[in-house]
This record gives sequence, structure tokens and C-alpha cells, in this order.
Amino acid sequence: MCGGLRAGGGGNDVQWCFSQVKGAIDDDVAEADIISTVEFNHSGELLATGDKGGRVVIFQQETENKSQPQCRSEYNVYSTFQSHEPEFDYLKSLEIEEKINKIRWLPQKNAAQFLLSTNDKTIKLWKISERDKRPEGYNLKEEDGRYRDAATITTLRVPVFRPMDLMVEASPRRVFANGHTYHINSISVNSDNETYLSADDLRINLWHLEITDRSFNVVDIKPANMEELTEVITAAEFHPHQCNTFVYSSSKGTIRLCDMRASALCDKHSKLFEEPEDPSNRSFFSEIISSISDVKFSHNGRYMMTRDYLSVKIWDLNMENRPVETYQVHEYLRSKLCSLYENDCIFDKFECCWNGNDSVVMTGSYNNFFRMLDRSQRRDVTLEASRESCKPRQVLKPRRVCAGGKRKKDEISVDSLDFNKKILHTAWHPQENIIAVATTNNLYIFQEKVN
Amino acid sequence: RTKQSLAFKMAGADSDDSLYPIAVLIDELRNEDVQLRLNSIKKLSTIALALGVERTRTELLPFLTDTIYDEDEVLLALAEQLGNFTMLVGGPEYVHCLLPPLESLATVEETVVRDKAVESLRKISHEHSPVDLEVHFEPLVKRLASGDWFTSRTSACGLFSVCYPRVSSTVKAEIRQHFRTLCSDDTPMVRRAAASKLGEFAKVLELEYVKSDIISLFTALASDEQDSVRLLAVEAGVSIATLLPQEDLEALVMPTLRQAAEDKSWRVRYMVADKFSDLQKAVGPEITKNDLVPAFQNLLKDCEAEVRAAAANKVKEFCENLPEDSRETIIMTHILPCVKELVSDTNQHVKSALASVIMGLSTILGKDNTIEHLLPLFLAQLKDECPEVRLNIISNLDCVNEVIGIRQLSQSLLPAIVELAEDAKWRVRLAIIEYMPLLAGQLGVEFFDEKLNSLCMAWLVDHVYAIREAATCNLMKLVEKFGAEWAQNTIVPKVLGMANDPNYLHRMTTLFCINALSEVCGQEITTKHMLPVVFKMSNDQVANVRFNVAKSLQKIGPVLDSNCLQTEVKPVLEKLASDQDIDVKYFAQEAISVLSLA
Repeated sequence: MCGGLRAGGGGNDVQWCFSQVKGAIDDDVAEADIISTVEFNHSGELLATGDKGGRVVIFQQETENKSQPQCRSEYNVYSTFQSHEPEFDYLKSLEIEEKINKIRWLPQKNAAQFLLSTNDKTIKLWKISERDKRPEGYNLKEEDGRYRDAATITTLRVPVFRPMDLMVEASPRRVFANGHTYHINSISVNSDNETYLSADDLRINLWHLEITDRSFNVVDIKPANMEELTEVITAAEFHPHQCNTFVYSSSKGTIRLCDMRASALCDKHSKLFEEPEDPSNRSFFSEIISSISDVKFSHNGRYMMTRDYLSVKIWDLNMENRPVETYQVHEYLRSKLCSLYENDCIFDKFECCWNGNDSVVMTGSYNNFFRMLDRSQRRDVTLEASRESCKPRQVLKPRRVCAGGKRKKDEISVDSLDFNKKILHTAWHPQENIIAVATTNNLYIFQEKVN
Repeated sequence: RTKQSLAFKMAGADSDDSLYPIAVLIDELRNEDVQLRLNSIKKLSTIALALGVERTRTELLPFLTDTIYDEDEVLLALAEQLGNFTMLVGGPEYVHCLLPPLESLATVEETVVRDKAVESLRKISHEHSPVDLEVHFEPLVKRLASGDWFTSRTSACGLFSVCYPRVSSTVKAEIRQHFRTLCSDDTPMVRRAAASKLGEFAKVLELEYVKSDIISLFTALASDEQDSVRLLAVEAGVSIATLLPQEDLEALVMPTLRQAAEDKSWRVRYMVADKFSDLQKAVGPEITKNDLVPAFQNLLKDCEAEVRAAAANKVKEFCENLPEDSRETIIMTHILPCVKELVSDTNQHVKSALASVIMGLSTILGKDNTIEHLLPLFLAQLKDECPEVRLNIISNLDCVNEVIGIRQLSQSLLPAIVELAEDAKWRVRLAIIEYMPLLAGQLGVEFFDEKLNSLCMAWLVDHVYAIREAATCNLMKLVEKFGAEWAQNTIVPKVLGMANDPNYLHRMTTLFCINALSEVCGQEITTKHMLPVVFKMSNDQVANVRFNVAKSLQKIGPVLDSNCLQTEVKPVLEKLASDQDIDVKYFAQEAISVLSLA
């Protein structure tokens, strides 16, 4: 029974099994290899990861393998490129890290694929395209570059395209720089397909995808006096269908919904989502753990999900005063907040994601655990991304953490959790039960077991 | 390339010399260097001419069709070239051969390239015979319209209107169906493209189809869920309104336009405000009186500043275009009250938009109304805290001058000008300097001498170079206005006096002024008054001043007579040419050679 999980309308319990693991196996992790973001494209055929070294790696789902129907198509490297380089801001004497903070795919507009990638300051638009032909034939030289004896040239020759091995090219198409004074935490493409937003700690800007030299500031929460600063923007996202609506979350645990139709500057929100604090849980850490680390609209646009340090909340856009669902991710850590504060883990920014039909959500935890929360069944399961369960099609066993009292068989005590192993970034295939889970420097791909 | 060229030349006898440059151009079509590729594409007609029409069709065009991987600038140039290629492929009979490369260019992701490809396709569509249009062109439009990617579907939107008038009625029906489908496309990109071409398409349709098809499409697009689509429907509405007979407007277009003027989204209302004059012309005087006046009032009072600013910008045009019989009443009772409120708007962009047009109302309202109602507004805006508002008022003074004369304003004008002239921001100072010649013309020489002359002189010693430079240019324009005699009596003595200034920058300003003034002041003043000062400065201890003396002499040389040049200028320049400073020498020598004194 345990480990069973319904994925929406299917009706069958989903059993997750191992599919692939990407990245180096050895234990000493190079800083540059740490995965900092994971994102499927809109069809799920491509999966992009960004890392601290400024690289973007794109995996492509192989076309269905007929001979082995039980083994669904795997993801293989499609393209790798250096998206951002370390820079230095000479005016402010600040180093700008190359770390990729976010990747967002654009809806497909022609045979090529486009994505936005951002570090702390600069957003770039990349084109990933295939080329399977190349021109051949020169007049004045041979194909290998040797010059031809000019006397032999008596007619003109027009080059022709010939088939060649498939080549995937990534080329930078636009660089959106100088729009942010603080660190960019989110980018989100608008459903109008021509604009996107970028959010930093204090401001949200609106860009046109084809215009790099100007952006419009739509939210600015910077106080006149920085000493009065009490709140920062932690994440922002556009509504999946309404091009005028976006939300942003704050370090105080609130989410503001803005309507760009109302005015050009969205300083006044149109909705404020906030849950009154439970006085019995109040502590020194209340404010820190209520800070929202991620906000995501459901695919249908009716709900949004927020992740704070200990929980995931689902909000109905029509109800501002409390979430419709609240899931504890790792409640057993509440007693450990003091030590988590000391080792800075309390500031970890966990992300969250929806499955294709919005019936299940997923988010990460420590000890390379990740959580699947089934909304209709109100059931949840903890799974682990580990090298031990790396056999092909091996079913993942649910994990349990012993919250106190006597530890049962198969349970792990809170004290033996490894807080250095954390899963911050996860992604769910937009249609299928395939998930990508980033541990520190490995990308695990799991999928539904097919019988 | 030279080496290669030489080898080619030497090989000589049996190879055709004229092939070589073409061979280079063709090879460079696939050079690593984008600049060389671009260069080759720009000379595509040369290549095609050398290949002849047949090889252009069978070899060059297939190659170009596949080159869509190239950089945008190359593709853009290619798309443009192909629009002028008809003769090079064998004339109208073969023009359809250009369709494949343009079709692939019409699907690239870069909007500028796609738009250029569509532009070229529209151009060559006219060169198709009616038969070819149906056999070749229209199928291409259909392929684009039903393409998998929205890039191709957006391109299709721009092509319907060029083929519609020239095809059979069956094909016409198909085209209308395709356009209808694109208007309800899944992606907003395509709906936007369709909305922006709706007006153009309506123009080529038969009136019955405008009423049946276009109106329903317009209504649907104008109530699209995305405001980015709705706002484009506004412009289409204006075009459609011009096509319909007056009696149909009320029923077919006005409900939708009224709804747009009150749209929930400020961007849509902004668009209505921005297109208001066109709209007014399209719907005619009756609807303007009954509908547009209240709508315009609402836009002037809109809660979003961007909308108010756009509407404020249109105040003059709107009032001008009101039907003559009721113009004054409408302005006085409906528009002016809103305008009065905008003068003290909280947003400076709104105020400055208003300030840029408000003066124009005086010609419409006449002397008495202007003095009674508008003058207080002008005066209030002249005292506005935002310099841009004051500048906009000052820059439009000429409109008021014609109606009431500037004296009415001069009392308030002067403090406003003085304040702008001394603004801490140099760009503001620069802006007011640029209006000085205009002001001088309006205010007359006496007022100028009394009040403004000293300001113009003060700018000459501004600490920002751009201001000093503009001030010099300003003096020249003033002399053009007031004449040489005025110059000699008022500004020349002051300018020349600066030649003794302890600050070398001010001494240089004297030279710059002389450069600017010599021609307008004429030979006599230049020779008698300016030249001695320039000569004296050739002994300046600062090298920058000395080489500017050389430059000045070069500049004013043409104004002087040849005797003066030979006997007076030449010795000074020769002395400077042996100066110890290298720059002084350089400019002196340059002046000597330009003035042919060597």
C-alpha cells in the first residue's frame, strides 16, 4: 500500500522506478557542477539543467524504442553550452557569479527551440537549432581549402547543400542586461508570447522578448530608506493563460497578485494571499521559515502552490485568506530549527512543481529525499534519489523518518539525516509521469513503472 | 585575396577575367566572416546577372532557400534582395521561382526578417499573372496559414490582402475562411498578427463581406481574452469605420469601440486615446458629437496616467477636428474643464503632454477666450515644478503670439525663462538655449536686449562645454535674426572682451564665437573688429588657444579679402607653423594649405 500514489485520472497507483542518472559518480563534487535549476520544455521532449559553472545542459528524449516497450525512451545529452561567464562589476566592485539561477523555455515558434537563462544580473535568450545540411563547392578553392589552379576555372559554380551528420547549435540571440540592481531570482514568460518578467529582491521588470535596451518596471518595493527594509521579493510568475496577471511572493510569507490591466505600475496588488499566523507555533524562527521560496501556478491556472521552509500550500486564486490545502514536507524538522539556523540550512530555497494534470505536487527535502503529495487522495510519500537504487527499472521504496519515540524497522532517525544532501530543484514532465530530480551534482530521472 | 587574384591573372590566357570577381562573390556567400557574406548577399543581383536567368533559377535559388541558418542581418538582406529579383529569374513568367526562398524566410523566428520576407512577397505578388497567383502564390499563402508554427501563420496574415482582389470567387471564399481561422488561432501571436492586418484586409473585401465577415471578426478580436490582442483591434476598428456607410456605423462598429474606450485594461484605453484623431475622422461629426466627446472626456480623466497623457496629447487635434458649428461650445463646456484639471495633474508626463499642445487651442478659441480661459492655464504651466512642462509651453509660444501677442505673457515668461536658464541640470539649460532664437523673434529686439541678452552672454561662460557650444551657435542665430549692426553694438564687444579673460576656456570661447559669427557679421566687422583680437591671441601662452587661433583663421579666411589674407593672416600662420607645440604647428600648416597661402 505504502508508496502507492495516484496520478490524476489514471486510477492506478503509480510506482516510480529508476530510469537514469546523469553526472559524475565520485563523491568529491566540483562547485561548478552543482545543479542550480531543472526545467522541462512545453512538450517534455527536452529537459534543461543549469549549474553553478554557468553551463546549460539540454537532454532530449529519445524516440520510443520499439524492441523494448517496457523501457520508455531515455533522455540523452542534446546540447551543452556555456550560458554565462563570471564577470566583475567595476563600478560596484562586485563579482557577478556565472551560476544559472533559472531557465525558462519559450513556447515553440518554429523548428528551433528557445530558452531564457539568467544569472544574478543578466538574462539571455538562447536558440537551440539543428542543422543537417552544409554547403559544398567553391570556385577558387577545393573543399579542403587548397587553392585551385586559377587557369582551370572557366565556369562559375554555385554551392549546393548536402546532407551531413546532425549538428545541434546553441546561439545567443539576445542579452538583456542592466535591468537589475539586485539579484534576479525569477524569470517567467508571459502567455502573450511576447513579453516576460524578471524579478530581483526588490523589483520586477517587464521585458519584450525582442527588445533588449529597455524594460518596464512594474513592481518596486524598495523603501526610500533602505534601513526600513523589512521584506524582499522571493519569486514571481506569470499566470499560465491570463496575460495580465502575475504573482510575486515575499519573505514574509505573503503572495501578491497583480493585474497589469489596472495600471502601468503594479505597486498596488489586486489580491493579497496571506494565512494568519498560528500563535501557538510562534518562535524566533517563525518569520524565517514562513518566507516563500517558490511559487507556481497550476497548469489550469486556477490554483497556485507556494513552498515555505516546512510546508507546501495550495491556494485557490479566488480565496485570499487561507490556502485550500497545506502539506507538511518535513514537520519533524521543527524541533531542529535551531541547529538548521546555525548551519544556514534554514535559508535553503526549496522549489516545488505540479504534475501534468495538477493532481500531484512534488518538492524536495534533505537526505536526498523528495516528497510526492497527492491532492485528491490526501496521501503523501517520501522517496529517495540515491545511487543504491540505481538499477534499471528498480522500483523506489518509500522512506520514513522517525519523528520521535521508538524507531521502527525501515525508519530513519531525524538525527541521522544528512543535511548536506538536499534536493532543491525538481521538475515534472508536462504530460507524462516522468520526473527529474537534482541532487547536488546528479540529475536523477524517474518514471512510472509500466507493467 | 590580392595574392590569389594575382595568381588568377597570371594564369591568364584561357580563363575569363570577368569571372573572377563573381567567383569571389559566390565563394563569399559561405565565408566564415558574416560581413563578407552580407556583402555578397547585397550583390546578389550581380551574381544572378553573371549566372543568367536559368542558372539563377535552378542553382542559385535552391541554394538560397537552404541558407536560412544564417545570421539575421544576412537573412534580412536576402529577404530584401529577393523582392527585386523578378527580372533576374526571367521576368514575371518565372517570378514564382522566388517563392520557395521567401517562404522559408517567412518562417524564421526573427520578426524583422519575417516582416521583410512578407514585404518582398507582397511586392512580387503584383508581378504574378492572375493564373500564377492562383497556381503558385495562393497555395503558398495557404501553406503558411496552416503551418505548424505560429511564425508561419503570422506571416500568412500579411499576404491575404494582396492576393484577394486578383483571384476567382472560389479562391476568395477560401481566403476569407483562412483569415477567419487565423483570427481565432490558439496562439495570441497569430491573433495579434491577424488583428493588425484586419483593417488592411477589410479594405480589399467587398462591402457585403465587410459587413458579414469582418465585423464579426472585429467584434471577436476586440473582446479577446488577451488585452494584447484587444488593443490591436482598435486600429482595425478605425479602418473598418472608414469603409462603412455612415448609417451602418452605429450598429456595426460603435458598440465595440465604445467598449474599447472603457476596457478594463489601460493598454486598450491607451490605444483608443492614441488613435483618437483617426477615429474621429473615421466616424464623422455626428457620432463625434454624441459619442466621442464624452469618451474623450473620460480618457482625459482616466485613472491611469499613461492614458491621460495619450489623451492630453490629442487635445488640440481633437478640438481642431470638431464640427465647426458646435466646436466652441463643445470645447468650452466639455473639454476645457478637463484640461483645467490636467494642468495640475499629479503626473508630470501628463502635464508635459498637455503643455506640448495646449497653446494650439488659442488659435481655435480666438483672442477673448484665450485671454480669459487659456492664459491662466499657460501661466500656471509656466510656473510648473517640472522643467519639461515649462519648456513645452515656451517652445510653442508662436501659437499664442499670433492670437493675443506675446506681451500678455511676457511678465510671467521672463521669470520662467530665467529659472530654466539657471536650472541645475545642464540638459534643461541646453533645451532653453535652443528656444532662444524663437523667443527673440517673438519678443522683439528691445525686450531681448533688456531682459535676455545677459542670459545669452552668461551661457558663454557656463561650466559645461555643451552649453557653451550651444550658446555660441545661439549667438549666430540671433545675429541672423537681428542683423550685423545689432551684433556689432551688443554682442561683439562682449565676446571680444572675453579674449582677455584669465580662464583659457573663456578665451577659447571667444574664438569659437568668432568662428560662428564671422560669416553672418560679414567682412567689415570681421576684419575690423574680430581679426585683430584673433591675431593678438596667437601669442597666447596656452597652446590650445594658439592652435584654435590657427583653426579660427582657417574658418574665417573665406570671409576676408585676399589682400588681408596675404599681408596679415599669412605671417601670423607662418609664425604659428614654427611654434614649439606640435598641435599648433599642425593646425597652422593645415590652415595655410586650406587657404592656399603656401
